[in-house]
Amino acid sequence: MKLGEQSGVSGNCDSKSKGDCLVSIACKQSGGIVFELESKVKVFYGKSIEELCRSMLAFFSIRNASVLINDNGALPYVIAARIESAIKQLITSEKEFLFDFIPNNLYKSNKDQFRISRLYLPGNTPYMMLNAGIHKPNGIILDLEDAVAVSKKNDARFIVRNALRSQNFYGAERMVRINQGKLGLEDLPFIVPHNVHVILIPKCESRLDVEKVEEEIVKIKNRVNLVHDIFLMPIVESALGIENAFEIASSSHNIVAMAIGLEDYTADIGVQRTNKASESLYARMRVVNACQAAKIQAIDSVFSDFSDMPALAENVKRSKSLGFQGMGCIHPRQIPVVHKNFAPNSDEIEKAQKIVNAFFEAEKKGLAVVSVGTKMVDPPVVKRQLKILELAISLGILSKDWRSEYVG
Amino acid sequence: MSVKMNENAVGRMVPAEINGQKAIPFMGVGKFIPTKRKYNSDIASNANYPADGNKKQKDLKEALIKSGLADGMRISTHHHFRNGDLLANRLFDIAHEMGVKDLIWFPSASFPCHEHLIPYLENGTISRIEGSMNGPLGKFCSEGKMKGVAVLRSHGGRYQAIQDGEVHIDIAIIGAACADSFGNANGLTGNSASGLLGFALADSQFADKVIVVTDNMLAFPCVPWQIQGNYVDFTVEMDQVGIPEKIVSGTTQITKNPDRLYIAELTANFCNEAGIIKDGFSFQAGAGGTSLAVGEFFGKIMKEKGIKARFARGGSNKYLVQMLEEGLVEYILDGQTFDLEGVRSMRENSNHVWTSPFTSYNYHGKGNFAGMVDVAILGATEVDVDFNANVVTHSDGYLLHGIGGWQNCLFSKTVILPIPLFRNRIPVVRDKVTTICGPGELIDVIVTERGIAINPLRKDLLNKLKGSSLPIKSIEELKKEAEVICGVMEELVLSDEIVAAIKWVDGTVIDVVRKVS
Repeated sequence: MKLGEQSGVSGNCDSKSKGDCLVSIACKQSGGIVFELESKVKVFYGKSIEELCRSMLAFFSIRNASVLINDNGALPYVIAARIESAIKQLITSEKEFLFDFIPNNLYKSNKDQFRISRLYLPGNTPYMMLNAGIHKPNGIILDLEDAVAVSKKNDARFIVRNALRSQNFYGAERMVRINQGKLGLEDLPFIVPHNVHVILIPKCESRLDVEKVEEEIVKIKNRVNLVHDIFLMPIVESALGIENAFEIASSSHNIVAMAIGLEDYTADIGVQRTNKASESLYARMRVVNACQAAKIQAIDSVFSDFSDMPALAENVKRSKSLGFQGMGCIHPRQIPVVHKNFAPNSDEIEKAQKIVNAFFEAEKKGLAVVSVGTKMVDPPVVKRQLKILELAISLGILSKDWRSEYVG
Repeated sequence: MSVKMNENAVGRMVPAEINGQKAIPFMGVGKFIPTKRKYNSDIASNANYPADGNKKQKDLKEALIKSGLADGMRISTHHHFRNGDLLANRLFDIAHEMGVKDLIWFPSASFPCHEHLIPYLENGTISRIEGSMNGPLGKFCSEGKMKGVAVLRSHGGRYQAIQDGEVHIDIAIIGAACADSFGNANGLTGNSASGLLGFALADSQFADKVIVVTDNMLAFPCVPWQIQGNYVDFTVEMDQVGIPEKIVSGTTQITKNPDRLYIAELTANFCNEAGIIKDGFSFQAGAGGTSLAVGEFFGKIMKEKGIKARFARGGSNKYLVQMLEEGLVEYILDGQTFDLEGVRSMRENSNHVWTSPFTSYNYHGKGNFAGMVDVAILGATEVDVDFNANVVTHSDGYLLHGIGGWQNCLFSKTVILPIPLFRNRIPVVRDKVTTICGPGELIDVIVTERGIAINPLRKDLLNKLKGSSLPIKSIEELKKEAEVICGVMEELVLSDEIVAAIKWVDGTVIDVVRKVS
């Protein structure tokens, strides 16, 4: 093929793809850069879009090309991701065109923070990322796996990388679900250097699946001089994965939680997934038990009917009663329902207050043993009750300084 | 021809003359007080009308000929049939067939179905439109293709302009779901049921000639007579005046968009914390997706508190009807019926009352209902840092929406605009709006997904919300936040040519729309 015939295409532009653009670049042998933009916002941002495009082409040393951008209100980081993806279909380059991190995106996470809700966001659909953090999920998951069509995997990597730097998620824990196997390892360079907090590893069946990912993460971290921990959340979603739940859950000290994926699991064991979910009771219990044994959080599968909030609420209550500590969300409106139903109820809060108060009183008096009424309370129980109150405070159902008004 | 321009009270340059008629610049809210007497139509005599009351004509053309349809006349129609209207299009088809020229169309609103009229604007059958323009007609006008200057008024401003004699209607054509041959008419029963006919009230009272057209002619009496036959010159029966499924929606739907729902929820929570949602309160309800959702959240809060609203004013729909039937709202004061449930309720429930721009909105009267409403939830295409808002143009200068009752509702006790901070990379909160439709002094609260701004004039609200967990920010902060996300916009250059004037509720000119270059 002659050089002049090569072209790179990335992105989407149709009535459904707001906040996105379609970039087509064809390399030429002469004639300089011919730039064409079709956009509803051309009168407002036409110049800056052209400037961005020209500076990127120069950055990648492309001097002769025709560029067509069909834009539907894409933000600069999205346009840049599309342009870079298109360019890299034409040339091989180690260079990356990176925007500076926005200051809001430099926050850290910690191992035992709450992960009651995590909102899945398809990695190649930037407009869904725009307001995701507004809905206050505990975490957002930029999904490179099932929510991205096979042909769009590469496009999505650039979007996810740029989103991690430029898209404000308003304090949500920043997670990325990578692909399974080799594809997943290739995803890592796009996310590890960009302040990802948690990497979700899908379809884990043994500790090897986790170790391979971790090995690659360490390599990248060394290469770019990163010292902070990157947490892991394996997802088990097959009969074998369930059987190896504890082995997987305890395969790395960076694992903070493990999730179960019921769509794949029920398919694997050859049953229908039902709302009552009795078909997966064993699997769920096994995951909960493995997580508790490994001292990590147990996370339940997503509830896929996002129009049925009462059924979701029931599902969450069941999930909580089994010992899960969180659930994935596929729609922002699920977040408040998940929070509300995972939240400690008034009996739980009352009990926790009683025990925690007794603990502080004992501490004040210098007593080694905590007792409530005539019952002795063990330290692990106190710790758990403290966690319940912490959760109630974080969900806004208990005042931070509840003890100042506490009257037993 | 250069027209003298004056700066008005909101700092916009407006012409001293529009379409050859003197125009008064906006002077501030409540500042312009007219001193003349009201306009009225000529005295008619029974001697000139059929003794048996049967005013039925062979067809619309005959009625138009008998009404004296001639070049340069101002013809009015109404938007009760919304995007299912067949009447306005038929009317101008006839005018075109008859070779009549330079008509001024004076609709209460136009819809995309009226794109049909563009050839008539091009060939001179219609010289200009004085009324709200949606979609294709707005685009046509924005591009400077209309002969005269468009004049946009609110629903209340339309009543005011007719009553004050600013607008003289030669022939009013009133489409009705049912009527009798005398001209009594209502919108309650028939294939083209639209609920009420309030927008045609002024036209029936003040136009020189009034024609009632229906596809459901009943024997006298047609009750209730939302339009009184005593004002009517001719009646016409047509096979079809509207397309039912485009008149009222069978299924009004609350938005499923999570961001809009979030904004609606924030709005309701704000009202609750501000103490607005209390027993016996009243609210303005809209039919837009977000407004509907606000109504739902209001209902939820009212149920929790065990209180009810005295009345809801505005567009009715199945959700509002449900609140009425559950006893959460005692009265619906209906200005426009948006779905079949609304029409049914109005027919059956005496607490579901039809209103008109006269009772609800007219500013040159002895008060109106809009001012009695505790809280109005309205939309906007843009808001600026002075809380001025725009509802007619987009940021690119295109005139794409009408004013509706929006300006009139600004007189409610608290006005809240739930809007996204930006739409498809275009900030909604800006330094200056493209077109001022409502002055900032009447707009109290902006609710966006990224924060709530309270107008500094509302010290009471600022005080009440002190210490609230709601995300209260200044409007400047919101503007800056939009800019950080979207980028700073390049300045839009519009031509000097004026294509439309925006009237304030008192008939003064609050802003103009310029040709898109």
